[in-house]
Amino acid sequence: MSLTEESSAVLDSLPSTDDIEHPIRSLIVRRVGLGLVTIVVVSIVIFWATEILPGNAAYAILGHSATKARLHALELQMGLNKGLFSQYWTWASRLIAGNPGHSLANGDTVWSVVGPRLVNSAVLVALAGVIGTIFGMILGVYAALRKDKPFDDIFSVLSLAVTSLPEFVVGIILIILFATVVSHVLPAVSILPEGSYAWSEPRELILPVATLVLVIVPYLYRMMRAATVEALESEYVEMARLKGLSERRVVFIHALPNAIAPTIQVIGLNFLYLAGGIVIVENVFNFPGIGQGLVEAVSNRDIPTIQFIVIILATFYVFMNIVTDVVALLASPRRRLPR
Amino acid sequence: MRLSVRDLRVSFTHDVSSDIVDEVSFDVAAGEVLGLVGESGSGKTTVALALLGYARRGLTLTSGRVLIDGRDLLGATPKELQTLRGLKVAYVPQDPSSALNPTLRVGTQLEEAMRAHPGVITDIDSRINELFEQVHLPTNTGILRRYPHQLSGGQQQRVMLAMAFSCRPGLIVMDEPTTGLDVTTQRHVLDTVRNLCRTYGVAAVYVSHDLAVVGELVSSVAIMYSGRIVEIGRTERVFGEPVHPYTRGLLAAVPSPDRSEILKGIDGQPPRPGHRPKGCNFAPRCPMRVDQCVEAPPLVSVSLRDVRCWRAGETALLGTIASEAMPARVVSGAMILDVANVGASYGRTEVLHNISFRVPADSCVAVVGESGSGKTTLARTVVGLHSNSSGNIEFGGALLTPGMKHRTKEELRRIQYIFQSPYNSLNPRKTVGQIISQPLEHFFDLTRSERDERISTALRDASLSNEFIYRHPHELSGGERQRIAIARALVVEPELLVCDEVTSALDVSVQAAIVELLRRLQSERQLAMIFITHNLALVRSIAQSVVVLAEGTVVEAGLVDDVLERPQHAYTKKLMSDVPKTLTIRY
Amino acid sequence: MAISHTSIQDDSKVRLRRREWLHNLGRAARTPRGAVGLALVTFVGLVAAIGPWEAPYSSTSFETIPFAQPSKSYLLGGDVLGRDVLSRVLDGGWQLLLMALAATIFGVAVGAIAGISAAYLKGASDGLIMRTVDVVLAFPQLVFALLLVSIVGPKVWIIVLAVGLSHAPQVARVLRSAALDVSESDFVKVVELQGVSSARVMSGEVLPNLVTPLMVEAGLRLTYSIVIMAGLSFLGFGIAPPAPNWGTMINENQVGLASNVWGVVAPVLLIVCLTVGTNIFTDAFTRVSLGIGRSERVDVLKSELGVEPL
Repeated sequence: MSLTEESSAVLDSLPSTDDIEHPIRSLIVRRVGLGLVTIVVVSIVIFWATEILPGNAAYAILGHSATKARLHALELQMGLNKGLFSQYWTWASRLIAGNPGHSLANGDTVWSVVGPRLVNSAVLVALAGVIGTIFGMILGVYAALRKDKPFDDIFSVLSLAVTSLPEFVVGIILIILFATVVSHVLPAVSILPEGSYAWSEPRELILPVATLVLVIVPYLYRMMRAATVEALESEYVEMARLKGLSERRVVFIHALPNAIAPTIQVIGLNFLYLAGGIVIVENVFNFPGIGQGLVEAVSNRDIPTIQFIVIILATFYVFMNIVTDVVALLASPRRRLPR
Repeated sequence: MRLSVRDLRVSFTHDVSSDIVDEVSFDVAAGEVLGLVGESGSGKTTVALALLGYARRGLTLTSGRVLIDGRDLLGATPKELQTLRGLKVAYVPQDPSSALNPTLRVGTQLEEAMRAHPGVITDIDSRINELFEQVHLPTNTGILRRYPHQLSGGQQQRVMLAMAFSCRPGLIVMDEPTTGLDVTTQRHVLDTVRNLCRTYGVAAVYVSHDLAVVGELVSSVAIMYSGRIVEIGRTERVFGEPVHPYTRGLLAAVPSPDRSEILKGIDGQPPRPGHRPKGCNFAPRCPMRVDQCVEAPPLVSVSLRDVRCWRAGETALLGTIASEAMPARVVSGAMILDVANVGASYGRTEVLHNISFRVPADSCVAVVGESGSGKTTLARTVVGLHSNSSGNIEFGGALLTPGMKHRTKEELRRIQYIFQSPYNSLNPRKTVGQIISQPLEHFFDLTRSERDERISTALRDASLSNEFIYRHPHELSGGERQRIAIARALVVEPELLVCDEVTSALDVSVQAAIVELLRRLQSERQLAMIFITHNLALVRSIAQSVVVLAEGTVVEAGLVDDVLERPQHAYTKKLMSDVPKTLTIRY
Repeated sequence: MAISHTSIQDDSKVRLRRREWLHNLGRAARTPRGAVGLALVTFVGLVAAIGPWEAPYSSTSFETIPFAQPSKSYLLGGDVLGRDVLSRVLDGGWQLLLMALAATIFGVAVGAIAGISAAYLKGASDGLIMRTVDVVLAFPQLVFALLLVSIVGPKVWIIVLAVGLSHAPQVARVLRSAALDVSESDFVKVVELQGVSSARVMSGEVLPNLVTPLMVEAGLRLTYSIVIMAGLSFLGFGIAPPAPNWGTMINENQVGLASNVWGVVAPVLLIVCLTVGTNIFTDAFTRVSLGIGRSERVDVLKSELGVEPL
């Protein structure tokens, strides 16, 4: 395309004075706005998608043997004969008011089904996220400091290998190693009944958390290592050494703070991977979280539950993105403070 | 002697037999400044860092001695080095914006330089105030609390100077500290450096590729080529009557703002470390080469300095460098380009105001200005890369539309543009032949053999052989790439050539060759040319008239000789007085 | 002085250079990592391709007792329904591989077209494409595929479509970023300055420079295609049983780990070899093409992980 259009495009993308003066504030405003739009679009898409599932809600409730008349009556009762848009509106407004409807599988409110699952998954994600972050950062820095030495070489290949494995494979391998074949120290699957909370049986948390940790550590390890190595090879670190600063000061005060910004973004991404990863991992371990809940709901065509869980995931995604970007911005004085 | 270097050798860590620099020896007394001069690949930065006992990744300080006040740095342990660095010897880097940590405040980085050597400076705050006064930084405006990106280039460099002098070291090593600074700031920094050295009685080593700058500042100079010192002695002797063929070649390549002379480059390129020829490193490019040069020459004392050349005795007799004056040119009256009241903006910000000048059909107009003066925007507006403009540009009698989108194919062909960076203007996926062939295919309807013929001719005109046709850009040096860019521009037979800082990314000797190439081509083909540069000295060697730009307006314009010898405007006068030009001592 | 009789454009040397990416693939295969990766992939590829012919028994018939121990006639024992594990393993790979390849090609093609168009068109079209990308990325890849499959049913084409589409946004981002980078280069401006049409600028100058990022991204996507498809099968959303499938096998045989591990371990080993192989080979290719590994430079890593600039 021509350069005239390009230059006006460039000008359009130039930061306004407000952006320059309050980068954090304008970032938050922009992201929140975009995030809300994303959530709304996601809700529309998921609503529309699940509504065209073959066999509507009434059918799912009444089953195969339902007569046309009874189907029709139930549809009227559930409001299924109204236009798609008004159905969406009803659903969305109820959702915002805090009422996600009733599960088609067992008739309880969606909230009572999903609630405890949400808490369990949150525990899983939080534990895996925190442990994974700590491990990933320490290993990454260590490898960067021991660059090209055996530890670094081994772990580089190892991290590439582990990151290519599907999560359920990691889970299965852990089960084989610790629960069934090689040793029996930990429980293979969760036997928690529906509706209970994860902390009532902490041993059942160990393997799922370990699986998720193994899934996310390589990403963080690689970024922390790359960012630390780049910082250590930078001109300002060279200058610090030429000033006669101690190596400890060079690493911790000069290098590491510069390695943080890109790493923070990966930490945020990791939480997003976790949100997706629990779908599989909970199924491997029969863990009562929303991942398992979603798969069950999809198998049962439990539409309200599907919709609700997807909205939760989308909201989590948007929220994490905003938090990550803000924190990364805070860690970078060049972007945070104007000239 | 404050500093004594003996037989310093730095080589590759993985192959110690392959050296970066070798046989480097020199002395610097207290209060004296030694200039370390060389082009890219000469090893001057490697030597500079070695003076702090430091070698970059992949390199090792193999042998030799670096004695600072009698203390050998090369024998020191890492802990000892830590103590010595900053305290006994300090470093001023080339690029202060990357040498300062972007996540730490300026004050922190200044203080830590002193805290690293406990007990040396007892009152850090007052010491900082003292230093700031000496480097002409304001003491009360909160510079200390700012982050590096909030300071200007000149301020950043002054902070680095303050940092270097803070613990009162005996030796300061400065690596091209004025690169990237505008001429006036550069002058300030040089004056400051001179004063500080005198005040503290420190010895200093000043690394640079800019002979004019070095000439003003240093008392002795060492010329480096491909890892060896080829000539070393007092500045007035080395620059006044250079002995080594490389030094002579280098000086013949340096432009002077005071004389209109033809620049002479040095053909070829310096050998890469690890690929050096047997014997004298310069022999392959040397006009005085003889059979004996396959043996490496030792440093011999000739004509009151040391020279590394077998034929030093003979070349010493050559005396000063004779230069060829630019041929006097009669400028025809016909104007090919008429720029009238042109303004240009980025968004709502106007960067060019009311620019007017004319370019004769067969001569070269230089447009001179510092960074931010708008000279590149002007070039881009003329050519059509920038369309947000006002005013009239007449080319060959017809009005040009702003922006290339609406110009005719013929108009686009007749004006050609050469970019500054030779590393970005050639498609890495194409061969040289394809690169030059592409505009031919677009503008002309030729048979394949006709195209081949023209490509061959274009390369020859740019002093390149046909074997370049199959090469890819990444195999070529900066100078070679720029020649290809020139060949590509000229192969479509333009009437106006716009050269935008086309030599700023090149070494002095390469720059001379390219400038001379352009001058010759312009003269032979009767081409109109606009030559954009920040280097006032270059103007004399290529252009007949000059336009001086400052902050988006034309400050002064006229024939080169008139403007540079008898400047009228205050800005031009200041520019002429700030430009280093000590190389006039050769006459 | 005329040049030799062969014209510039025809020279075979020139043609050789055009296939630079092919050349790099070869070079990658000769590095240690590349060789290992290629070996792993070839091994699994052979098992998947030749397996169905070499299987000793039918993969769907009930041969022995459930979770029977390995024996001379049933080398890897029996699975949850008493079928021969070895036969099922040999038969259960080719579909996965073919579908993963198809999904990758589809996803990369769609993503590349979207990304390059966004870079080329700029303005509103760019905005529209990239906002759509943002929305699709709001779903974890697996959830997206899961939902699509559940709506239509576990048919081969919908699985390939779903997984392929889930790749498209990331590919679009990477290619757009690369295309923008190239578009800003001076050598592109040189050609634009001649008045050459935008389409020819894109095809002649920009596209050839996008081949390497495209190949690297394709390698990554292939790895993820296999991962997601195996995951879908594991969750029960793959091709319907009783057709054998490594992912499904792991799921259905999980309960019998205490009795016969092979029902799980054999498909696990094969999946591991495959995914690790593709990933390591992609890394070797990146090293050879860019001169540095994917994990070595922050900007390359950011592109792979999908980290957006602030």
